[in-house]
Amino acid sequence: MPGASDPGFDTLALHAGAAPDPATGARAVPIHLSTSFVFENSEHAASLFNMERSGHVYSRISNPTNAVLEERVAALEGGVGAIATASGQAALHLAITTLAGAGSHIVSSSALYGGSHNLLHYTLARFGIATTFVKPGDIAGWRAAIRPNTKLLFGETLGNPGLDVLDIPTVAAIGHDHGVPLLVDSTFTTPWLMKPFEHGADLVYHSATKFLSGHGTVIGGVLVDSGQFDWDAAHAKHGRFAELAAPYDGFHGMVFSEESTVGAFLLRARREGLRDFGACMSPHTAWLILQGIETLPLRMARHVENTRKVVEFLSRQPLVASIGYPELDSHPSHALAKTLLPRGCGSVFSFDLRGSREQGKAFIEALKIFSHLANVGDCRSLVIHPASTTHFRMDDAALAQAGITAGTIRLSIGLEEADDLIDDLKRALKVAEKAGDKASAKAGAR
Amino acid sequence: MELDVGGRAAYAYTGGKAFDAALPCLVFIHGALNDHSVWTLYARWFAHHGHAVLALDLPGHGRSDGPPLASVEALADWLIALLDAAGVRRAALAGHSMGSLIALEAAGRAPDRIERLVMLGTAYPMKVSDALLQTSQREPLKAIDMVNAYSHASIAAKPSYPGPGTWLHGANRALMRRVQAQQKGLNLFHHDFGVCDRYAGGLEAAAHVRCPTTLVLGARDQMTSPKQTATIAAELNANAPTQVKTVDAGHVMLAEAPDAVLAALRRAVA
Repeated sequence: MPGASDPGFDTLALHAGAAPDPATGARAVPIHLSTSFVFENSEHAASLFNMERSGHVYSRISNPTNAVLEERVAALEGGVGAIATASGQAALHLAITTLAGAGSHIVSSSALYGGSHNLLHYTLARFGIATTFVKPGDIAGWRAAIRPNTKLLFGETLGNPGLDVLDIPTVAAIGHDHGVPLLVDSTFTTPWLMKPFEHGADLVYHSATKFLSGHGTVIGGVLVDSGQFDWDAAHAKHGRFAELAAPYDGFHGMVFSEESTVGAFLLRARREGLRDFGACMSPHTAWLILQGIETLPLRMARHVENTRKVVEFLSRQPLVASIGYPELDSHPSHALAKTLLPRGCGSVFSFDLRGSREQGKAFIEALKIFSHLANVGDCRSLVIHPASTTHFRMDDAALAQAGITAGTIRLSIGLEEADDLIDDLKRALKVAEKAGDKASAKAGAR
Repeated sequence: MELDVGGRAAYAYTGGKAFDAALPCLVFIHGALNDHSVWTLYARWFAHHGHAVLALDLPGHGRSDGPPLASVEALADWLIALLDAAGVRRAALAGHSMGSLIALEAAGRAPDRIERLVMLGTAYPMKVSDALLQTSQREPLKAIDMVNAYSHASIAAKPSYPGPGTWLHGANRALMRRVQAQQKGLNLFHHDFGVCDRYAGGLEAAAHVRCPTTLVLGARDQMTSPKQTATIAAELNANAPTQVKTVDAGHVMLAEAPDAVLAALRRAVA
């Protein structure tokens, strides 16, 4: 597909990394459900193992179907390559452990998915990797938290669940001033809404379980490298990245930054992280995510359109105390959202109900189209109560730092008719209102 | 490894093995705004199959000290000086694009020292359009994107380079941007394209080449069209056996067709 410029986003979403199968002529990407791939001869085998040739050996390390997904997501993000992983959490773990070990330090936004907070705050601490949490908008806090052993800055494009927009250009610049890369969880925005590399981020990962897959069918993650961070220069100046810029005993003294000037991170992540931790993706999962990505532009446009209608409806309801959607003037990230997210702020947002915890429960249980479950980014609309589910391990202080209250309800707006979603919410709000009336009557009777 | 060439540091990747000048030496020379990393798979293969390998960073590119040299002739002299610094008397040269012109000129200047010549993604003359030269001067990042798009024949080349999961368009773009950014105060893209555009000594160099030569051409190369090689191939063939091998790829054949290019290189230096 040669020309004066690369194909556009929608074309890449359908074609990047894939051509008709040369063996069969199959137009759709084949699912290569094979653990391993035959060698032409002994010399071919040895040269594949020794990185003298490119190719597939064993599906934990690479697989032809997964490779199409990896190339496609990298193309959509504007990166140099990607690695498909067993889950979004596996992608985050792979990113961190490729760079960090015992004695390392991470500076992270405090507005995180609860699972990511668990990994950083509790689990990695057991392995000697410490994390300092700062509020995403506390720019001085980001700068002050960086230590000589800091390996990574980390945040979500839209912080979960309050949707704080991460000021990627500013945070990335702080990191780069100190020779530290910025890793971004771009799950809520997808490359259709924002390409973090264009704003200075160095690494991006997705829980592909969400919008990339889009149909609530599979668990998967993708880790993408921009190829922009100069590991050699940072290591020479700050001594932080021996993992990429010094000989690695686990592969015959290979120096990954010599092997690949712009792909060193992915080389080590694949050759060490996938090899040793083994959190790879099933080719069947990769195929399903590819099906989702083919319609990503169409779905994201509809997700955003529906969300705007729902937000507008909720903003007029007396029982709704506040809505955390950055397109609203009232949101603290409104100005940043206009700059970084001109196409929209996604379809996951939270709002606070007035009234009691019982009213919140009544609201969720009265919904008929919205499904009460722990996921986002499905084509179907979803609802959850973060304080009792996704963020239940956080104490009150941590919840407050993440912008969550006991009355916070999170919605993930799907692709249904917007009017049907609004009717469902209208009905549930009435039920919640009546629950409040009954509670008041009971209290009065006492 | 690092060599001293004329008082300046020159970097050469040796393929994952210590350099042994006693072995048959193969030198890889990259093209405009590239560095040694476009050759690493090939360098590793030959280093582990009986060769001493030097995959170079040209002056002002990657890990080699600047300044960049202003002509193919100067770069050829630098290359011969680098062989001296490495203790290499005779070597095979494989160059891609701008690197192929440097290899040709070096083979013409030191015919007794060059055993094999492999010119990949080549053309002579390697003229650059005025429009692209001007864009590279005024808007180098835009010009990088244009060249990157023209250089690829596919958005799905397999098995990718250096391994599966690499988005070749993104990797080449990032490499060109990195190499460009490393030269502070100099537009290296415009400089390199000027080096290619100005080179006028190809036929004279070819007349002096005495070693077997192979031209490896991309059937879908839009940067250096296979049609632009007939004259130089005939001149080379007049003095020493010259073969042309075509691979199914665009200009960035090293990344788009690594297996076919390796096979061509193995035949060329056998």
